[in-house]
Amino acid sequence: MNRPAILVLSAAFVLVACNRGGSSDTGPTAQGSTKPTGLKVVYIPKSTGISYFDEIDKGFKQAQAELGYDYAEVAPAKADPTSQIPDIKDQIQQGVDVLAISANDKDALVPVLDQAKAKGITVITVDADITGNESHRDVAVLQTDAKTIGQSQIELLGSLIGYKGDFAILSAQSNAPNQNAWIAAMNDTLKDPKYAGMHLVATVYGDDEAQKSTSECEGLLSRYPNLRGIISPTSVGLAAAAQVVETRGVYPGGPHAVGGGLQLTGLSTPNQLKSFVTKGEVTKFQLWLPSNMGYLAGYLGSLIHSGKLKPAPGATFTTPKVKPDPIGPNNVVYGGPLITFDKSNIDQYSF
Amino acid sequence: MTKIWRRPETTTALLVLLTFIGGDIYSPKFPNVAYLLDNTTLSIETGLAALGMTFVIISGEIDLSVGSTLGLTACLFAKLLNGGIPWPIAGIATVATGCMLGWVNGVLVARLKLPSFVVTLGTFAAYRGAAQALMNAESIRIPPSLAGVDVLHLPGTAIPDELVFLIVMAIICGVVLGRTVFGRWVYATGSGIQSAIYAGVPVARVKALVFVLSGFMASLGGMLMDSRLSMAEYSHGLGLEIDAITAVVLGGTSIFGGEGTIVGTMLALLMLVFLRSAMGIANVSAEYQLAAIGSLLILSIIARNYVRRLSLSRERRMLSQAKPAQES
Repeated sequence: MNRPAILVLSAAFVLVACNRGGSSDTGPTAQGSTKPTGLKVVYIPKSTGISYFDEIDKGFKQAQAELGYDYAEVAPAKADPTSQIPDIKDQIQQGVDVLAISANDKDALVPVLDQAKAKGITVITVDADITGNESHRDVAVLQTDAKTIGQSQIELLGSLIGYKGDFAILSAQSNAPNQNAWIAAMNDTLKDPKYAGMHLVATVYGDDEAQKSTSECEGLLSRYPNLRGIISPTSVGLAAAAQVVETRGVYPGGPHAVGGGLQLTGLSTPNQLKSFVTKGEVTKFQLWLPSNMGYLAGYLGSLIHSGKLKPAPGATFTTPKVKPDPIGPNNVVYGGPLITFDKSNIDQYSF
Repeated sequence: MTKIWRRPETTTALLVLLTFIGGDIYSPKFPNVAYLLDNTTLSIETGLAALGMTFVIISGEIDLSVGSTLGLTACLFAKLLNGGIPWPIAGIATVATGCMLGWVNGVLVARLKLPSFVVTLGTFAAYRGAAQALMNAESIRIPPSLAGVDVLHLPGTAIPDELVFLIVMAIICGVVLGRTVFGRWVYATGSGIQSAIYAGVPVARVKALVFVLSGFMASLGGMLMDSRLSMAEYSHGLGLEIDAITAVVLGGTSIFGGEGTIVGTMLALLMLVFLRSAMGIANVSAEYQLAAIGSLLILSIIARNYVRRLSLSRERRMLSQAKPAQES
């Protein structure tokens, strides 16, 4: 009884498919660009709803305003490797020219990025690289290099706690390449005799989810009542930890502070920490300008795709707003130095 | 004709058609056979889990642990491979583990008479935790020779081998469910446990077996996911149980048990592939994609109930008019 229905439906499918097969490819229209070039650029962040990636998106739009390419941002719902794969496949089918991505995994995306490259798409990793698989993308635009970040973060926390005491790290995903590189650099920095009094007692992972970061941070406070510092090198983790530190009142000068209180620092966009800095619960934290990365990636994408720049170590390019270093080993371009935010300057930044 | 309209898969088939036409209108790049076939490879693991889930739900139970079972078996498979164990042996060990994990659910539900929702909620967390403990929160690569099962195709076509595998498994499941004594037992168990017992159905064994089947399917999915992503990590298959349950329910299987078909589940899976692809290609953001799938699930249940009531009342009307039915 069911078979005729299935047959009719299949026939309808074929008809519709054939009908569409003949129609022309009109593609999406230019999105408010002044000088349409026909170049289609897409950016895939780690996941939706993280203001940090909105900044990178802004950078792409700044470059778009100057270069006039078609641009779209497509974000997966969850920051895990499997969630980005369908988005990449869809963009390949859509016929984009430049695919920029903040990779959620260094290995899992390789086959689908190869698929993109085989179609002639210029592949750029932004903010999070596919470490160990660099040949599967054209170029990477990354934050300040890991070594500088590791040193700056340890030095910042050290200066806040007098270079003495136990501290912990609250990271994002345990397999996030950039987080792991920074944590490794922090551990290297700690070998310096200057930091002999500082002890890293735990590294925990909040998966860049507010809830998980909150419970991980609460776990740290329960397990290590004498903790002097927490470094959370991720916006989501740092904001969640700041909320915990506020609720528990363990910040310097707080009602339940042990000794000098717990100094919370790390990397975050200024907006997310503004209220905590104003209230004095977080003293200082750092970040590079994420919009620089989007801006540079926008330029690199159009230069490379049009054949004006061959991505190779030592190759140079320039942009009106940012003066980047030449392309480094493994085709990496860095987006700029760290800025330290505190009460005195945080109001000057609006992201 | 009434009978066709009353079949729950018919509504699903109509929805497949609607999503296809919708996708077609939405984006001219959507109706591309090679692209759509390629996109099915993203849903093979979900499809396998949904096959097992169809049995579980028809038997009146639920398995929330399939995603975690998939994750744990995927990690085990990768660990064994990296330990130098040849893949056929590693594969058998992985499948055996998958069956065992399902059997644990089954025994707790069938012998100890615990509600499956609670049991599998427990193993959902426990199996995921075990996977995390096994992997030490690291991801490991699998040997390149076994990576990339999703890019294998039937020679000379765009049909992925993985899709063929899923269809073969679906046919086997369909035959077992629809044409064997075991299949009838599954329906009987889900329709009413007391009457099933009176009818001599070995209810406890049936329940244990459907969970074993679910674990078996999850372990197959785990190995395929390892190969597709060329690596394993403890978060493999996170949230997959929800996708599998969605496919089963969208496919017309009653969440209360006793009715449902494999055809319906596979049609619903196809619809989800279409829907996701169409929205993906139109750059619909992830939040809206989730909202659309959720709304569709609820709409499809409403539509199905409505169509059923309509056809039932038509039948009753015809009966009350005391005319012999002249249906073809």
